[in-house]
Order: sequence, then structure tokens, then C-alpha cells
Amino acid sequence: MDLSELLKIGDREKKQQKSIRVHCCTSTGCQAANSLSVKNNLANAVQELGLSDRVEVVGVGCMGFCGRGPLVQIDPEDILYEVVTPEEAPSIIDALSGGVAKPIQGNSQHPFFARQMRIVRQHTGKVDPERIEEYIAVGGYQSLYKVLYEMTPAEVVSEISKSGLRGRGGGGYPTGLKWATVAKMPGDQKYVICNGDEGDPGAFMDRSVLESDPHLVLEGMVIAGYAVGANHGYIYVRAEYPLAIQRLQKAIQQAKKYGILGSQIFESPFDFKIDIRIGAGAFVCGEETALIQSIEGKRGNPVPRPPYPAESGLWKCPTLINNVETLANVATIIHQGADWYASIGTENSKGTKIFALTGKIRNNGLIEVPMGISLREIVEEMGGGVPDGEVKAVQTGGPSGGCIPASMLDIPVDYDSLSKIGSMMGSGGMVVMDRATSMVEVAQFYMQFCREESCGKCVPCRAGTVQLYSLLDKILNKQGTQADLEKLETLCHMVKKTSLCGLGISAPNPILSTLRYFPEEYQELIPAESLNGKVRHGSS
Amino acid sequence: MSVKTLTINNTPVAAEEGKTILEAAKEAGIHIPTLCFLEGVSTVAACRMCLVEIEGINKLLPACVTQVTEAIVVHTNTPKLQEYRRMVIELLFAEGNHVCSICVANGNCELQNLAIEVGMDHTRFPYRFPKRSVDVSHPQFGIDRNRCILCTRCVRVCGEIEGAHVWDVAQRGADAYIVSGLSQPWSEVEACTSCGKCVDACPTGAIFRKGTTTAEKQRDRAKLQFLVDAREKHEWTR
Ligand SMILES: Cc1cc2nc3c(=O)[nH]c(=O)nc-3n(C[C@H](O)[C@H](O)[C@H](O)COP(=O)(O)O)c2cc1C
Ligand code: SF4
Ligand code: SF4
Ligand code: SF4
Ligand code: FES
Ligand code: FES
Repeated sequence: MDLSELLKIGDREKKQQKSIRVHCCTSTGCQAANSLSVKNNLANAVQELGLSDRVEVVGVGCMGFCGRGPLVQIDPEDILYEVVTPEEAPSIIDALSGGVAKPIQGNSQHPFFARQMRIVRQHTGKVDPERIEEYIAVGGYQSLYKVLYEMTPAEVVSEISKSGLRGRGGGGYPTGLKWATVAKMPGDQKYVICNGDEGDPGAFMDRSVLESDPHLVLEGMVIAGYAVGANHGYIYVRAEYPLAIQRLQKAIQQAKKYGILGSQIFESPFDFKIDIRIGAGAFVCGEETALIQSIEGKRGNPVPRPPYPAESGLWKCPTLINNVETLANVATIIHQGADWYASIGTENSKGTKIFALTGKIRNNGLIEVPMGISLREIVEEMGGGVPDGEVKAVQTGGPSGGCIPASMLDIPVDYDSLSKIGSMMGSGGMVVMDRATSMVEVAQFYMQFCREESCGKCVPCRAGTVQLYSLLDKILNKQGTQADLEKLETLCHMVKKTSLCGLGISAPNPILSTLRYFPEEYQELIPAESLNGKVRHGSS
Repeated sequence: MSVKTLTINNTPVAAEEGKTILEAAKEAGIHIPTLCFLEGVSTVAACRMCLVEIEGINKLLPACVTQVTEAIVVHTNTPKLQEYRRMVIELLFAEGNHVCSICVANGNCELQNLAIEVGMDHTRFPYRFPKRSVDVSHPQFGIDRNRCILCTRCVRVCGEIEGAHVWDVAQRGADAYIVSGLSQPWSEVEACTSCGKCVDACPTGAIFRKGTTTAEKQRDRAKLQFLVDAREKHEWTR
């Protein structure tokens, strides 16, 4: 296949598409709310009302407003319906020719949608993730064609470096630098790994990308492979994401059929194949060295770095490992140019980031926002604030992150600002807490998670998280003493400084950040008699 | 082969490229405490006892796996490191069921020795008193998991030197334990050659020879090194 054939597939697809497209979300969240029946009934209604010549019903990926699913959206008018039941679904079609639609009509101009900036999720909710032709019709795989025929691998690497893209898997490592390292490593055999383990509680950004636009991730991987000189890629997805796995399988098959994956891609000398590996859902297997062990068929334990995977990774070969969302930015950067990408965001954090906005907030769901947007805009404008209450804190970064007090809501959301105040970008979990939330309980929730997810290899994390958890338990049961509080903090620092991998290193963050910003909540739990004359401070 | 010069505790040290900080320190007569490290088998950097400070690097690095680089300035025994090491030992004592007075390894136990070395006279963390199992099904040896510190030396020595791979780690976190075969009693694991290397490797009294009682555990650690040297350097005498 060459470029003209690719364009022809796209044109043919566009011609086939009907003038009115009824998009029905068929991602996990909406499927659980029975969206497949909704879609069925919509399609039947189109038949019955004889509208097939101008209306089509398309199953699409997650629109982000999952809490109000099943969602149905109609183009080109951009009408949104929320919480659609199968019974009410036909009335939506009826409304297209003058009837009255029964389901609640949403506001697609609400800040929740309007303030978003969609790069990774640009096609999400518009294309059918199970049909490669729809992806091609929106310009898909043209970036891959461009790099294969118009750019050298080094040019691709420098384009990614110039864009300022940083890893979306948590660490924020500059992607271009990582690519350059792998590209410069000697050796014929190299690998590209796409990290889709996504184990943070409450996070589902990567799942949504894989389910909604799998080809975007595949295209990013192949481009990465070309740039670093790898011919083989693995996508590591957790077993809890069956729909993502199924859609990836389908996408890989379709791409192979068109000669976009496999040998001699687009009839160029470049070969690249992609295999899927399924993880058993251990959080630690998202850590890159543990993930590599797991792909090799071993127990998913982290191993000390250096050597970093870029030097010695999968089967001791140089390995590029990137997060799903990181790779999903690549095709667009190539298409629109690094300068365009670098114009979005802040000085050191470019582009957009997807967050899973949850907790005590009016509008739950997935949002993609430009880096540098203030936390307040996200929480108050897009999220609509706390229903009947006030924000107390926002937790970002999941079990590795920290709690940001309401007084700091004006900070810009970017890598450096978040880590400066003791939290982190993480993979994109964002949990809003109201005044009624106990911060000590929040810290304990995350510590319980880390204790259960510790692989048990190194002592500080295996035994330390157990002691941290039980210290919090003691304090929450009002059995704690001032000495326990001090012990808690000392142990936090020890676990942070001495653990082997990122899990242990960041496990104390939720405690440390709540100790820092909400010390009074800990103090209030210490019975007065244990204070031994020390003055209780910070309590009202 | 090139040589790197570095400073360890204010002493200038020269070491061959590729050597670890632990090896370089040992050659220079500087002691760094270790626990999971065992000469002759692969390194895992799991116990964190050998962490050292390197000037200009804000992460502590395990000496047992970190290779020497030119001109680094290493500190192996700062107050912070002493404190962390003591906490590691405290955590280990609180985590298992260590009753030294009735243990086969009493007086000949690396965990006990380290406790003395780091000055641990009590643990500030409450004992967990976990329920753990004992397997004495093997005719010659036994494993008492109450005393296991999960250093995985037995796993490595059996897999890498004996080539039998009887042991592995099951479960994760605080529930992790050393498992034999496919979770079978030790006696039923046909791969076991009864060589006794795991007894020699185990730093505590967790794996022991039957018939030994309190404070009677002996280890032939030199045997392990001899086997590795015989294989790698073709030195056939001991
Ligand atoms: C405990 C732990 C869990 C992790 N889980 C994930 C994950 O689920 N997905 C992910 O992409 N990265 C995860 N990471 C980060 C990876 O180790 C790695 O840095 C990342 O995949 C690199 O990709 P990036 O540079 O594109 O972010 C995790 C790290 C740690 C320490
Ligand atoms: S820090 Fe925790 S998860 Fe990481 S290697 Fe150590 S025990 Fe395993
Ligand atoms: S006796 Fe030898 S073969 Fe048996 S478990 Fe121990 S090291 Fe392995
Ligand atoms: S049985 Fe002994 S050698 Fe094996 S892990 Fe436990 S303490 Fe280490
Ligand atoms: S799953 Fe349907 S909108 Fe997210
Ligand atoms: S001896 Fe280096 S970490 Fe155990």
C-alpha cells in the first residue's frame, strides 16, 4: 500500500459515512450501563423509520462523561444525550425527523467539555475503534507514512525531543531523550514496550485510550520502533481490561491486513510486529523493570536500575518503554509538528494530560486539559465543584502522590509545580475531597493499597508499609501517642530513602503530604493524656 | 581493562572497571554490612543494608550492585546510614518470629550479628507475630519460615549453583514466603538433590540440618565459593 491508496481508503470511508452520525458509547463504563442495547435499539429505530440513507448509528469510544452514561452524541449538530435507556433510545432517532427525544439532553458546551483540549482523545467518541477505515478517514497512519518516507530515524527522535513531550506514566521523563538513548545503543535487536498496566486505583485514562482509539497507540509504537531501530513491540495490558485487549487484537489484525504492521510496512524496508502481553493485575508490574520480568515469563519483581531498560531491558536488549498516553501523542506531534506541540502548555511541561476526575465532585469523568491549567479551573469550573460543600483537598498521583490543600488550588497543573508541593502528576488520578473527609483516613487508604501491592522483595517496603499502616491504624483508633507520630514520620523518610523501586520510594507520599498540610488532623487524634505536657498546636 | 579511582570514607581506592563498590571497599579493607549478598550467586539488592552515600547523587545506592565510576566520593557509614540500617534490622526482627535463645543458628546467625553490629538492642516497632509454617518433611533438612528474612539466597544458590531450582518466592508483600517445588512438601520435590547448599547459604536458622539443636548450626560457606571458582576459574582444589 502506498500513500494514494491510504488516502483512497479514507475517501471511500468518508463517502460511505452518512450525513447524520449517531455516536453511542460502547466503552466499558457505558457498556456496564447497558449501552449495547441502547445502540441496538437506536439502529433498529433507524431501520424502522426508514432513515438509513442519511443516518447511521456508530459505536464509539469513551466520551469521558462516564458517570452520566450511556451517552449518545449526534453529529453534526453536536447534541448530547445522557443516561439513555434502551426504551428511550428510539425517541432520539424519532427526534431527528421532528419527534421529541425523551432522554435528558446534556450540554456539550459545558466547561467540562469546552475547557478540554483534545490531542490524545481527538478522535475519541467520533470514530468506531473497531474499524481501521474510520481511523484512516480522520488522517490515521499518515504520520507513519511520513516518517517512513520523508524522515530519518534521527529526525524523528529530534522532532519528539523538540516537542518537549514527557512521559505520561508518572515519572515525566523526557520522551525524546529516552528515544535518543535507545536509538544510540548498539545492537541489532531492540524492543518497544507500551505500558498499559495502569494499576493506580481510580485511574482509567489508558484503558479509555486503548478502548477508544487503539490505532493511535499502534501508530505511535511503530513510529517509535522506526525511530529507535526496533522491529518488535509489546503492549502490556492488564487482564482486567478485556475490552481493551479485544480491540487491540482487532486493530492489530486490521493493520496487518493493510500492510501497516508486519513486514515491509507501506512497502518500505521497515518491519515491525506487535504482540500483546497480558498482566495479572499486580500494581508493581507497571514498574518498568518488573514489567520486563513479567514479559520474560518471570515473577514480576523490580530489579535495581542501572542498568536502565534503555541499555539493557527485555532479554537484555535495549528497550524503549513508554506509557500508552505518551505514545498516543506521537502521531499528532509528527503530523502537526513539534513547534505546534511545544506551543501548548508551560515551559517544562508541554501538551495535554488526561485526568480521571473523581471523588466529591459534581462532574466525574475523564478530561484532557492543556498543561498549566490551574487546579481550580479543573475542580471548580470543569468539575462543577463539590455538591453541597467545599473542597478540602485534591489528591493527585494516586498512591504515589500527595494531597493538595484547597488553599493551593491556584497552582498550575504541570510536572514541576506538583512535585514542588509534595505531590506528583502521576498517571492522572485526581480525587477531590470535601470538608467531611478525614485526611488521616485518606493516607491510610493509600498505605493499605501500597502494603497490599508491595512485591515483598526489599525490606523497607515489605515490612515498612506494614508498620506504617498499623501506626496509622493505631492513631485513627485514638491509641496513638506523640512518639508514634514522630515514629510515623521517621519511618516514612526511611522507606522513601531506602526502598528499591518507585513503589516503596513513593508509598510514604500520601502520609508525608497530609502530615505537612493537615498536621492538626493527626494531632486531634492523639489523646490529651499522651501529650505529656506538650502543647497541642493547630487544633481549634 | 581500565582502572577507576575513587574515594571511600576519605581513603583513595583503585578498582578495576566493572567491580562493585562493595568489592572495591572490601579490597581496601573497608567493611560494608550486607545481608542478601552472597558471594558466587547473582545479586538482588533486596535487603538494603549495604546502601551507601555518593556525593552529588541524592539517591542512596546499594554497594553490592553499583559499579565503581571514576572519581566518585563514597561514604559508607554516615549517621543517616547507620540509622537506616538499624531500622532495616528492627523491621526484620518485628516482621518474623525470631526467638534466638532456642534457634539452631544462635551465635552463628548473620541477622543476629548485624543486630549487634548496628547496635540494635530493641525494636521500636511492634512484633507482628505472623503465622508461618515449618516443613521438616525432608529426611535431612528442615525449613522454619518463622526465621526466614526472604533474602532469597536459598533460591539463588539452589537455582544457580546446584541447578535444581527447588525454591522460589510465593505470594507478595508481607505474605510472601519461600516455597518448595510447586508448593509441595520439600520431601516431595524430586528436583532436590539433598546437596545441602541452601543450608550453607541461609544466613539465619530458617534452613537447617536435622539433628542440630540450639546454637549448633554450622555452615560450609567456603564450599559454595569453591564450587563457583572451580566452575569459573577452573581451580579444582580447596
Ligand atoms: C509501582 C509503579 C507502578 C507503575 N505503574 C505504571 C503504569 O501502570 N503505567 C505506566 O505507564 N507506567 C507505570 N509506572 C512507570 C513506569 O515504570 C515507567 O516509568 C513508564 O512506563 C515509562 O513510560 P513514560 O516515560 O512514557 O512515562 C509505574 C512505576 C512504578 C514505580
Ligand atoms: S519497593 Fe516494594 S515493590 Fe519495589 S522492590 Fe521493594 S518491595 Fe518490591
Ligand atoms: S538441598 Fe540442594 S537441591 Fe535441595 S533445596 Fe537445598 S540447595 Fe536445592
Ligand atoms: S530460607 Fe534462609 S536463605 Fe532462604 S530466603 Fe529465608 S532466610 Fe534467606
Ligand atoms: S465509558 Fe461511555 S463515556 Fe466513558
Ligand atoms: S547486600 Fe546489598 S542490598 Fe542486600
